[in-house]
Amino acid sequence: MTAPEPAPDDDRLAAADAGIEELEAPGRRRRQLWLIRIAAIVVVFGGWEILGRQVSPLFMSYPSAVAVAAVRLVRTGELWVALQSSLTLLVSGFVIAAVIGVVLGLLIGRYRGMEAATDWLVNALYATPLVAIIPLVTLWFGLGASAKLFIIVILAVFPILINTAAGVRDVSAALIDVGTAFAASERQIFTKIILPAAVPFMMTGLRLGVGRAIIGMVVAEFFTAITGLGALIVKYGNQYDTASMFVPIFVLMLLGVGLTLLLRRAETAVAPWRRMDE
Amino acid sequence: MKGAAKLAVEDVSKSFRVRGSGGAAATLLPVLRHVGFEVAAGEIVSLIGESGCGKTTLLRIVQGLVRRDAGTIRVDGATVEGAGRDRGFVFQQPSLLPWRSARQNVEFGLELQGVDRAERARRADALLALVGLAAAAGQYPHELSGGMQQRIGLARALAIEPEILLMDEPFSALDAQTREVLQAELLRIQAETAKTILFVTHDLDEAIYLSDRVVVMAARPGRVRTIIDIPFAKPRPALPRLRGEPEFQRIREEMWSLIRSTPPGAAVEPAA
Repeated sequence: MTAPEPAPDDDRLAAADAGIEELEAPGRRRRQLWLIRIAAIVVVFGGWEILGRQVSPLFMSYPSAVAVAAVRLVRTGELWVALQSSLTLLVSGFVIAAVIGVVLGLLIGRYRGMEAATDWLVNALYATPLVAIIPLVTLWFGLGASAKLFIIVILAVFPILINTAAGVRDVSAALIDVGTAFAASERQIFTKIILPAAVPFMMTGLRLGVGRAIIGMVVAEFFTAITGLGALIVKYGNQYDTASMFVPIFVLMLLGVGLTLLLRRAETAVAPWRRMDE
Repeated sequence: MKGAAKLAVEDVSKSFRVRGSGGAAATLLPVLRHVGFEVAAGEIVSLIGESGCGKTTLLRIVQGLVRRDAGTIRVDGATVEGAGRDRGFVFQQPSLLPWRSARQNVEFGLELQGVDRAERARRADALLALVGLAAAAGQYPHELSGGMQQRIGLARALAIEPEILLMDEPFSALDAQTREVLQAELLRIQAETAKTILFVTHDLDEAIYLSDRVVVMAARPGRVRTIIDIPFAKPRPALPRLRGEPEFQRIREEMWSLIRSTPPGAAVEPAA
């Protein structure tokens, strides 16, 4: 665990960027940037629509066809059933990963011995493309829900664990001094200073974890018993119904963007002071 | 004055281990050598000296944040080890807990002691009023200016009702006007609460303005050079007025030359 997760730094950079933008680009410039953004979206989707129509619908689809397919999938209820199955899996896997990651992260961050005992393993597993162990997972857990949960948990747990541990280690000596100066016990220093100080890091870990949990979910739906949104993709892929195949892909994209945004909001809500720091 | 002293620093020594560079063996850097002085009840004593004279280290030793190698710290004649409710500490950086509101920060020490909620709130509100921040009770540190944060740091230290306040350059990070306001406030609060204060600063004017006595320290190793009595009666006029007094100028010059003229390694024994 010598190399800390880069995420907190990225955030600081992002915050710094935002600050710079605010200095150099008041209202008018920002509106201009939004216009450029919207224009780019129109050009890309328009281009896709025009070019997509030139290609055989077996290989490529285009936005209007995808929209029609989406309406059909919603009407038949197929999309809802798949989404429900996927979300149940995702939420349970993510919650398990969050609990394990936070608890282990706190222990590893707090106790040097724990860190020494586990850091090599955590680093090795975090660096391993865990998709590679799926055959092993199916050997252990079969193709059912437990295999899927295991895949999600093992993918999502490491960013949560690593960031939580980094948060515990990052607590400034000045704040610990405050505890010591007011005669706090070891336990009080942990619960009243270290734990709350590490919360923003935990939130960053959860945000990174949710992205990996979604990857884990789709991978699990492809490579164990085929269910959920993954199953829709496989099904329509096999039928060469490319337009319908794009619908669950878009849903996954929206899911990823939505959840990440939600957790980013939660990060600032939980630690509003971090925006002002540094 | 022995026995009557509220706070006694006796023969305190401290060295830091400095890791040798390029494989050289570690060496011991003496930071404090045989430092001793006393502070009477209700007195304000400042520690002053050039950087590296160990004044902050000494204050942290008195609070129990740093272990001493030798010597004794007594409060009311009894030896103290580690932090205790009898001493409240105000840090150079306010070091407020950013996830706590102003009131919750003031309540911090009381919470650790298990004081119940109603009593905590009552004392915190009274102290926020004392430091002039009653209206900011619900605000968070990042919403407050440096001066306001430091007022809360002071209220937090006062909340545990210590008899002694230890203040580590608490106003050094503030702008000049805020600093003068807070210095005057500190004198007012001390007059109201009769706390005994040990105050570390590198600002000569601040030391003279606030203190009944000033301990001038010499550096490398840190030791007491001399102790100067400040004759101005309290309550004192505002610092800009006091600065105009010839006596103020004389004391300031004396302190200045004492701080500048100490050759390294001279006067190993306490000069007082």
